This record gives sequence, C-alpha cells and structure tokens, in this order.
Amino acid sequence: MGRLFDFMLPEAKSPTAESTDALFHFINEVSLVLLIGITFALIYFAIKYRRKSEDDETPVITHNNTLEITWSVVPLLVCFVVFGWGYSGWLNLKSVPDNAYEIQVSAYKWGWNAKYINGAQTLNEIHVPEGRPVKIVLQSSDVLHSFFVPDYRVKHDVVPGRYTYVWFEANEVGESQVFCTEYCGTGHSDMLAKIIVHTEDDFETWLEKNGGGVSGTPVEQGKQLVQLQGCVTCHSEDGSKKIGPSFKGLWERQENLTDGSTITVDENYIRESILNPGAKIVQGYDNVMSPYEGRITDDEITNIIEYLKTLK
Amino acid sequence: MATAEVSNKKTLKVQRFKPSDNPTNTYLTDEKGVWAWMTTVDHKKIGIMYLVSVAFFFAVGGALALLLRTELLTPAKTFIEADTYNQLFTLHGAIMVFFVLVPSIPAALGNFIMPMQLGAKDVAFPRLNLASFYIYVIGAIFTFIALAQHGLDTGWTFYTPYSTQSSSSVIWVTMGVFILGFSSILTGTNFITTIHKMRAPGITWGKLPLNVWALYATSIIQVLATPVLAITVLLLTMERWLGFGIFDPALGGDPVLFQHFFWFYSHPAVYIMIVPGFGIISEVISTFSKKTVFGYWAIALSSLAIAFIGFLVWGHHMFTSGQSAVATTVFSFLTFLVGIPTGIKIFNWIATLYRGSIKMDTPMIYVFIFLFLFSIGGFTGIMLGALSVDIHLHDTYYVVAHFHYVMMGGTLIALLAGLHFWWPKMTGKLYNEPLAKIASGFIFVGFNVTFLPQFVMGAQGMPRRYYNYVDQFTPFHQTSTIGSYILGVGFLIILYYLMHSLFKGAKSPANPWGSRGLEWQATSPPDFHNFDHTPVVIHGPYDYHQPMEEFQLGLAVDTNGHDPESAKEIVDEKRDEWKNYSLG
Repeated sequence: MGRLFDFMLPEAKSPTAESTDALFHFINEVSLVLLIGITFALIYFAIKYRRKSEDDETPVITHNNTLEITWSVVPLLVCFVVFGWGYSGWLNLKSVPDNAYEIQVSAYKWGWNAKYINGAQTLNEIHVPEGRPVKIVLQSSDVLHSFFVPDYRVKHDVVPGRYTYVWFEANEVGESQVFCTEYCGTGHSDMLAKIIVHTEDDFETWLEKNGGGVSGTPVEQGKQLVQLQGCVTCHSEDGSKKIGPSFKGLWERQENLTDGSTITVDENYIRESILNPGAKIVQGYDNVMSPYEGRITDDEITNIIEYLKTLK
Repeated sequence: MATAEVSNKKTLKVQRFKPSDNPTNTYLTDEKGVWAWMTTVDHKKIGIMYLVSVAFFFAVGGALALLLRTELLTPAKTFIEADTYNQLFTLHGAIMVFFVLVPSIPAALGNFIMPMQLGAKDVAFPRLNLASFYIYVIGAIFTFIALAQHGLDTGWTFYTPYSTQSSSSVIWVTMGVFILGFSSILTGTNFITTIHKMRAPGITWGKLPLNVWALYATSIIQVLATPVLAITVLLLTMERWLGFGIFDPALGGDPVLFQHFFWFYSHPAVYIMIVPGFGIISEVISTFSKKTVFGYWAIALSSLAIAFIGFLVWGHHMFTSGQSAVATTVFSFLTFLVGIPTGIKIFNWIATLYRGSIKMDTPMIYVFIFLFLFSIGGFTGIMLGALSVDIHLHDTYYVVAHFHYVMMGGTLIALLAGLHFWWPKMTGKLYNEPLAKIASGFIFVGFNVTFLPQFVMGAQGMPRRYYNYVDQFTPFHQTSTIGSYILGVGFLIILYYLMHSLFKGAKSPANPWGSRGLEWQATSPPDFHNFDHTPVVIHGPYDYHQPMEEFQLGLAVDTNGHDPESAKEIVDEKRDEWKNYSLG
C-alpha cells in the first residue's frame, strides 16, 4: 500500500517536500481505513438485513448519543491533527532561509524569464546551485500565472502588480519540470520551464559565462532580446505559422489588417505593435498579445528592429 | 371511510383514505397543450419544465466533456485547436455549474416534491415560481448569444485580469449569469416562505421530511450568497465595458479581490449543489430500508451548520493566491470544521441501514454509489484543506478529480437516486428495473475509471486546464478518456429506458415503494391540487413501524379540511394521541 502512495507523488527533490509527503501519506492511510470500513458496513448491512418479506418489521432507533458524539469528536480530533501538521509544513514553505540565493523570475504569456544577480538572463530555464536554498521572486507582466514545481512541492500564483515568492533546496543535480498552473489563455499548457540543477562549482562557472546579460552589436542584441523577451514563443524566425505572424520577411512586408486596410511594416509599426499590440491586428490572427509598455526600453526596441531587418 | 374517536372531549371524524391506483384526473390530464404548460403556475409542471431544461443542458455539458476527453487522448493536438479546447472546458464548467448543478435538485425535483411533502397545494408564490423559470431561460439565451459571437475562454471562474483582456464574449456570459442568479434567489425566497407558511396542519418542524430541511438550508444559502455573485459579475462587466479599475492592476485594481468576491459566492454554491442531494439520500435510504432515519435532528441541523460554516471557508480556494498568511490559516482551520457535519451525515445514513429491511432497487443502488463516491470526495477534500499538501495539489487534476467526486459522485448521483425514486410519482409509470440496474453499473464503473486516474496524475503534477501535456501522463489520460465513454453509455441507457417508460411503461401504483412520505399518500401522478383535501398529518415521515393502513391518515372535518383554523384545533387535540404513538 505504501508503494501505491509513493507512486502517486513524484520523487521528492527538496527538503520542502518532506512534511508535505508525510502528511499526504497519513491522510491517504486514514482515509483508506475509513473508506474500507464504510464500504464494508454498506455491503454487510445490505446482505444481512436484506428484505425478506414486504411485512418485515424494523425497530425504531431514533438516535444514540454515545455513538453520535464518538463519531463527531474523533474525526474532529483527527482533523485538528491534520490542520496542525499542514500548518507547520506550510510555515516552512513560507520561511525562506537567510542564505537563500535569489533569482528574479518574470512570467508572461507564455513563458518564464529568469534574471540572475550578475545580469545573466535565461528563458524557460532556471539554473540553480545544488544544496543551497534558492528563493524565486515572482512577478507577472500580464495576467495571473502560477509557478509550480512538482518535484519540490512548491507552488505560488504569479500576480500582476505584486511580488510573490517560493523557495526550495535542490538536493541532486539534474532537471525538474516547471508548470504554469493558473489558466492564462492559448499557450497555457505550453508555458513550461525546466529547473537545471548544477553542482555549486558548475553553477558559478555557468553564471560567469553568461553574466552581463545582452551584449554585442545592435543586431546581436536584438537577436538575444527576441529570445529573452519571449517574442519567439509566438513569432517564428523561420516563417512557420505560430500564434502571431512570423518574423521572417516581416520587414517592409505588406500586411492586411483586420479593419480592411493594408500597411507596410516599418519602424513605427513594429514599435506600436510591441507597446500597444491591439492597435493594428493582422488578418488571420487574434488580439492576444500583452502590451510591452513598461517592460522594454526604447534602445531595446531599436535593437529588435535592427535584428528583424536582417530576417529576410 | 372509517371514523375514530379521540379520548378528548371532542369527537373527531378521521377519514382514512387509500389513494387510488388508477386516478382519472391528474395534473397531466388537466391543462393540456403547449400554451397551458408555458403559462402554468402549477409547481409540478414547472418542476418538470426545469427537469427537461436541466437534462438538456446536462446533455450539452456532457457532450462537451466527451469532446474534451477525446482531445486529451494524445498530448498536443488530437483533433481540435488549443483555443477551441479552452472554450470547451470553459463552457463545460459554466453549463454544468450554473445551468445544471445549481438548479438541478431544488428547482426541478424540489419544485415538484417539496410542496407535496408539506401537504400544500403549491408553493407560496406560484407566479414567482414561473417567473424564476423564465428568468433561467433568459439567462440561458444570453449564454447562447455569447456562443454565437466569440464564445468564452476564461474558465468558469472568470479570473481577472485575463477575463478583462480576453477577446471572447465575456460580457454576454456575465450578464447571463447575473440574470440567472435572480432565478436562484427567487426560488430560494419562494421555498423559504413555503416551508414556513404552507405546511399542512400537523407538520411541525420536528416532522418535516429531511428533504425539506435540506432544501430549507439550500434556500438560505441561495438567498444570501447569490447577490454577491451578481455584484461580482456586475463589477467585472463595469471594468471590461466602462474601464472602471476594480480588479485590473493596470487600472489600479487588485486581481486577488476578484477571487475573494467570486469564491464568496462560489464556495457556498458548492453547498447549494450538494445539500439538496443530502435530502434525497435521507428520503431514499429510509424508504428502502423501511426504517426511521437514524439521528433525524443531527441530519437536519447539520444541513444548517453546513450552510452557515460554508460561508466562512471561501479562502481555501486561494491558498496559493497571495492572500494574507493569517487569512490562509483561518480558512484552513474552518475548512476542517465544515467537514465534520458532512461526516456525521454519512455515519447517520449508514446507521439507518442497521437492522433495516433493505431492498436494493435502483434508487437505493444510487444511494450506495453516492455514499462510496461522496466519501472519497470528502476525504480528498480533507487532503486539499491541509495547507502544505494543498500547495502541491492546488490547480492540478487532483482538484479536478476531487470536485467531480463531490459534484458528480455526490450531487448528480443523488439526483439520479431522486429521479428514479420519484419517477413513478411524476409520470405514473414504472421503468425497466433490470436495465436501470445495468445502467447504474456502467455509471459506477465509468465514473471511477474516469476520475480515479486523475487523482494519481494530479498528485504527480499534471496541472488542470491543459490542452497539451507532458508524455508521462499519457496512460492516465487515456484510461480517463475510456472511462468517460463508459459513463456516456450509461447515461444513454438511462435516456433510453426513461423515454421507453414515459411512452410505453407499465402503470405504477400510487405508492410502489411503500414509502411513508406524505408525497406518496397522493395518487401517482398526483391530482392537479396534489391532495383531495388538506391532509392533517399525525405521523412522522419516517414512521415505518406503523402499519401502512393506519398510516394513511387524511383528515376531513365538517369543513372538509379547508378551514385551517379548525384543522389546527383538531391537531392540537390529536397531539396527545400522536405522542402516544411515538412513545409506544
């Protein structure tokens, strides 16, 4: 039976999972005993007291105080235990250790952008050191999302307009899956990320190599930006059709808009489409992109435009 | 006709009557024709109209569920696009909650049965009752307009700011829900008044059938909680339409506030859906075990306790939302308290079976299925109430499985129990019992094959509302889909034999189950005014220790029972005698 319950949970890879798993098993075990008792009583009574004739006489049993108090108070006490156990486990999930390594993660439709202390940035990958508490500070640039790592038993909604956080301590090198668990539209189920756990030394090396963030010529910077800002989640660079129009051949293309007019793609159209995407929608596409107003600088827009010009 | 003498000064003429097994005049033969049905103020006809509407919406919502499950046979695209999938799960949820579960038991079965259980001719406000039905229809029309336009893709929960930004027809649906709410409020008001003022002489609060107690508790929640939903969707509409900043942080609002408002209604709404089911279970279990319900007051009052505590636990839907730590702690604690009265009911029902005379007819089979499935729903609810565990399970398939065990394994199975129990009462026909048993088998097996794997994949991390999923969950999804097809077959069998019964079924006697309930002391189907004359009720609804012939007491005095004052006097005088019955 223990094996069945173990099978229900993914392998625990953080100390934050211990108390959660123990309580999960406890409730399952108590519930199973009660459920078997209830089922047995139902079947036993149905057979033993089956109707023998339509004139069967039954006793008048209106109530039984001892019995009723017992089956009210005992479950209540068990519930108190479960409450206290869940509460203490939850306090642990809320209390971040002082030496936690902080990573800023920003959620958007539909991806995760992680920023590290030395300016390194990654998209849909979160690199963390092994054996050290990590605090993920969450923010959303558009709608509600939720950051869920089953291996660590942590989850928190990502709420626009406020910071939230989760913490964990990865106890083995490897990868863990991140899901978005708050419905956020078309790409909700593709809003996945991986947590990549390095040994502490490897992590430092990785960090150094990727430090400083976006760099290079304007075109090179633009190429990195469309990755990091998540543009490529919906706009392909190879001409294939995704949720939005492809970047390939976009520059100076004639586009038919939903209002019937046509437009030639130029600097100002791209700028407007980044800051206020709903203003002009290309036919055949829906108005689903979130405005980047406040999330991107003018220099970054210029660099992205320079890069798009090269995608012939 | 027999006469009896009461030991008091006054001689009392008591008419004992056995309802005719072949009634010539019934509510179905009076007022025939489409127009008569559409304008009727008869609670029975209105109940039937609700039942037909609810069945229609259930068929639509069920078909959507089968499409969803079919899409989930494989990861990524099976046969529909992500946007279509998102619309389908939204509509499945919205239709099943607002158009099926909320009105199902109270407005359909409750409307038909409750006034009869009170010995009344009708509800307190018959015209208002008809108005409630048409308001429900108007709400439905708004929803269909939304479908014809851009559909709805927000999930039935309408969480902001997604619902403010979505390009689907959110306003049509929120207005539909707004209108629909009034139907619910008016039905609740009507029922509360009816239960207070329309009880036949002799029905004291201690002799109310437990079904009526359950509907009473439900009505209180409907009247108190639904206005909050109305306000919430109105605020959402104002934000979307007029740009008022209430929930959208871009306009200075707070999205978590929306969740508080929404669940302030929608958690009590869970009890609007399940508590009437409890009422049906009490009626059926006592009838088919021929036994007084064990712990009458415990069951009656626990419904009220659930109604009250149910208002104080809405925050348990928001443990991961970012609400304050104190709120989270208090909501978790109160959640366990609401579990207790529910557990008490289950134990009381099982104790009722003890030393009974149990007959496993179809309604009783559904009661057994209910007790099994609803227990699982309850235990997994305790799991989700535990703070640390909920952090892991929130918004995964575990939650999906949990609320299907409660809503479908609970409410819908109870509805099936009630439908089979009262079918002969409503139609005067019997259904094919062996076929009904086979269908219940399909439903029990199909349900568990569908939803048990969802507990496992949810605990393993499969999030809900996912169009695409990672490969490790494929076997669970495929099992679940197969289960949903079995479930679908079960419902088709039910549809078949009920339709067959309606048109070609054998005639039912007035009281095929030998029930002591007052509604069974009338003809099947009942007379237009339910009873020949106002019955005076001397026995309790579960007095199975009284022989049937003594039980059927209607009471006619000189005024033929139509003068309530004189009838009341008689009851007062009869009370001593009744006490002797119950103590003896």
